[in-house]
Amino acid sequence: MNEIPKSLSRSGAALATSRRGFLIGAAGAAVYLGFVRPGFAATDLAVSPAKIFEPTIWYSIDRDGIVNVSITKAEMGQHIGTALARIVADELEADWEKVRLDYVDSDPKWGLMVTGGSWSVWQSFMPLSQAGAAGRIALIEEGAKLLHVDKATCSAKGGFVISGAKSISFGDIVARGELARTYTADELKAMPVKQASDRRLIGQDTRAIDIPSKTNGTARYGIDAEVPGMVYARPKIPPTRNGSKVASIDDTAAKSVKGYIKSIALDDPSATVPGWVMVFGESFTAAKAAADLVKVTWTSDDTAGVSEQDVQDHAAKLIADPKVGSLVVADDGVEAAFAAAKSKLEQTYTTSSVLHFQLEPINALALEKDGVFEIHTGNQWQSLILPVLAKALGVGEDKVILRTYLIGGGFGRRLNGDYAVPAALAAKAMGKPVKMVCTRADDVRFDSFRSPSVQLLRMAFGEDGKVTAMEHHAAAGWPTEVMIPSFMPKGVNDVPYDPFAISGANHWYTVGAQRVRAVSNDLANRAFRPGWLRSVGPGWTNWAVESFMDEAAHAAGVDPVAFRLRLLDGAGRNAGSAPSAVGGALRQAKVVARAAEKAGWGQALPKDTGLGIATTFGQERDMPTWVACVARVRVDRASGVVTLEKLTLAVDAGTIVDPDGALAQIEGGSLWGASMALHEGSEFAMGQLKDTNLDTYTPLRMGDVPELDIEFIPSAEMPTGLGEPATTVVGPAIGNAIFAAVGARVRHLPIRPDAVLQALKA
Amino acid sequence: MITFQLNGKKVSLDLDGDTLLLWALRDELGLKGTKFGCGIGMCGACTVHVEGRATRSCLTPISAIDGAEITTIEGLDPAGQHPLQRAWIETQAPQCGYCQSGQIMQAASLLKDFPEPTDRDIDAVMGGNLCRCMAYVRIRKAIKLAAAELRGTDVK
Repeated sequence: MNEIPKSLSRSGAALATSRRGFLIGAAGAAVYLGFVRPGFAATDLAVSPAKIFEPTIWYSIDRDGIVNVSITKAEMGQHIGTALARIVADELEADWEKVRLDYVDSDPKWGLMVTGGSWSVWQSFMPLSQAGAAGRIALIEEGAKLLHVDKATCSAKGGFVISGAKSISFGDIVARGELARTYTADELKAMPVKQASDRRLIGQDTRAIDIPSKTNGTARYGIDAEVPGMVYARPKIPPTRNGSKVASIDDTAAKSVKGYIKSIALDDPSATVPGWVMVFGESFTAAKAAADLVKVTWTSDDTAGVSEQDVQDHAAKLIADPKVGSLVVADDGVEAAFAAAKSKLEQTYTTSSVLHFQLEPINALALEKDGVFEIHTGNQWQSLILPVLAKALGVGEDKVILRTYLIGGGFGRRLNGDYAVPAALAAKAMGKPVKMVCTRADDVRFDSFRSPSVQLLRMAFGEDGKVTAMEHHAAAGWPTEVMIPSFMPKGVNDVPYDPFAISGANHWYTVGAQRVRAVSNDLANRAFRPGWLRSVGPGWTNWAVESFMDEAAHAAGVDPVAFRLRLLDGAGRNAGSAPSAVGGALRQAKVVARAAEKAGWGQALPKDTGLGIATTFGQERDMPTWVACVARVRVDRASGVVTLEKLTLAVDAGTIVDPDGALAQIEGGSLWGASMALHEGSEFAMGQLKDTNLDTYTPLRMGDVPELDIEFIPSAEMPTGLGEPATTVVGPAIGNAIFAAVGARVRHLPIRPDAVLQALKA
Repeated sequence: MITFQLNGKKVSLDLDGDTLLLWALRDELGLKGTKFGCGIGMCGACTVHVEGRATRSCLTPISAIDGAEITTIEGLDPAGQHPLQRAWIETQAPQCGYCQSGQIMQAASLLKDFPEPTDRDIDAVMGGNLCRCMAYVRIRKAIKLAAAELRGTDVK
């Protein structure tokens, strides 16, 4: 079955804690608590804290009791710093008012730095809980000494160690005590964490620490970075993503622009930005105006003639060849079940290109200082782009550092840090700091957008309508293949696949003999750079799975909710297992039933109004977030316009660390789903995206927001991810609701009025 | 030389008159709270007040504001405690936060015109401000909360 690469999962380097001990020791005016390589002792810290205690400081406590938590995750609207600090502080028994966040710059000591996949809380929960618990135990021991009491009489609460009527603050323990303690990796692993009922912060509402600065103009994003002496740059983006070369640059007209400096073609050994020309100015105003006047001619590769339909036709051709692709699920008996089937169902589903359109256009400030290149920009995957930057600049990875900023919208765009490369190359070429800012159109033309997809699904029914086999074939551009092929696991047939481009097809329904085949669309991979976009593969796979389940239910003459519940039986591989998938498909069945109940499934509705249901397990089977959604739509038969009236969601994400933050993610995620279903979608046309700004690309606005009813299922299970799962249920729920309302079946995302009209006629 | 009032203080800029107010604010005057989003006036991230009216600074040349009074997010309230700003925190409205300066400035204009805004008023006036994180539910709630406070009543 599909698993995320171990190098990315909780057992991997996200916290890089395996085989590491935990060390507590004083250095200067604070006590530091962090994971260390074997062989270091607390006493070493005082000698040379910077050197000895280099690895992985997770938090510190100073003499005022201020707890400073290092955040290695990018802050992009999910308030991740607050959630992670709550995990530490709960076990530490810290005073929440004294907790501060430190969003750290890139450094090898942090291990793999990536913020995506809805992984952050899930990966961090146990290590950070144990780090907090280790600190609490040490504070209690030292506090007991200072209070002259038996440590067994002591407990910690609200930033104090308490024994009967006596108490001492964490700050005083740091100031007066001699905190030094080492835990081995085994001790740490065995360290108990709180029972859910003992938690004081986790599961309680709080206010996100990053929010006030976002209401008064003081929040600092990458685009706000500046240093003295910098010049500005705006790129001229070539006609194709990968195969264009600069033939000539004519800047005659630009010379009339006040503040224009010059234009240069970038020489990029990393081949990240082939064919890029940078136009420099003393201000962004000058660089922007000059770029409009600089004339560049390019020689381009054959992808200059590629359009969306070519990409989709190629996908269909690849799917039709059973020899291509990677088998992700390959049960025996698929052919036999289809041969013996009483009836069969086969459908093809497609999705269009989708833009990230994060509101902060890509930008980066780069400079060289003492032989080290600093890149100031918002980024979600520092570990991915650092080696690329090193190659581009011709320096070692230790000579490049990414400075951390708030991100004005991630959604996966900033997992791909390609935009840092041209700024770095420009700074090197100019010998001075360069701030590159892309206009919106520049940003979109360089987007690593969500690939269009083609998917073929088949189902076999036996006696009494029982599902006996299912096939799912999905073809799309593969971001992981293009950007980090070493992260691709191998399928059953030994062919590597992009797990992020097929996850979702390996669902938790019991469907008999199952086959899931992932096909890389090599034309897409060449013609543009496919990107990871919020939810990635499930954004299209779940559109197909959940639309198809609805069609299958109707084909079988069974209510769509009842049909799903029947297949979500928790049998065999769908039983689920510890640590993160306890309960398996039965938990998915529960959210389906709950969402249906809340939405009034089965009730009479006004004319041309319908309810549709869809469900998902989120991002990966390893980390299921169980979500179900009922959409209520009204369809205008004359125009084909679909009005989304209400979304009802039931979510089981295990333990919820920050309830209000979790709700915000489901609100935003579900509206993203609605936007992608009804308002977004673009088209690749002759090597470029057709839509480059909001005049033609039209994400959901205030007036389009439906009524939202969201419920979390109470749970003490392992927390799983929340940033993405809600996005993938809404599209199919809407499609299924359209069918319920007027009997029109749509099989393409986005759903345009024309398609509804066509389906009404069919 | 173009002279105007910025957050209550007189400033003068020796720039071409066609320089856009957005970049003058951000890069010449160091006020980074006003954001660049689309550059065509359709996302609202760059919204400031010109003579008390919500205006897209990405489309406004500084020649057009000579002698005018400009307010940015930094000047909406000296302590960042405008009822809208407090409501934005109360409802935990911002996600990535990038659009929120513009949302708040637009909402301040809305409340001047519609002290008791209906949902349709909010849809109409706030429809030009894109929130890519889609935090719209909370933005609406925050506007109603601030409106009620300004009127001295509870939220309906």
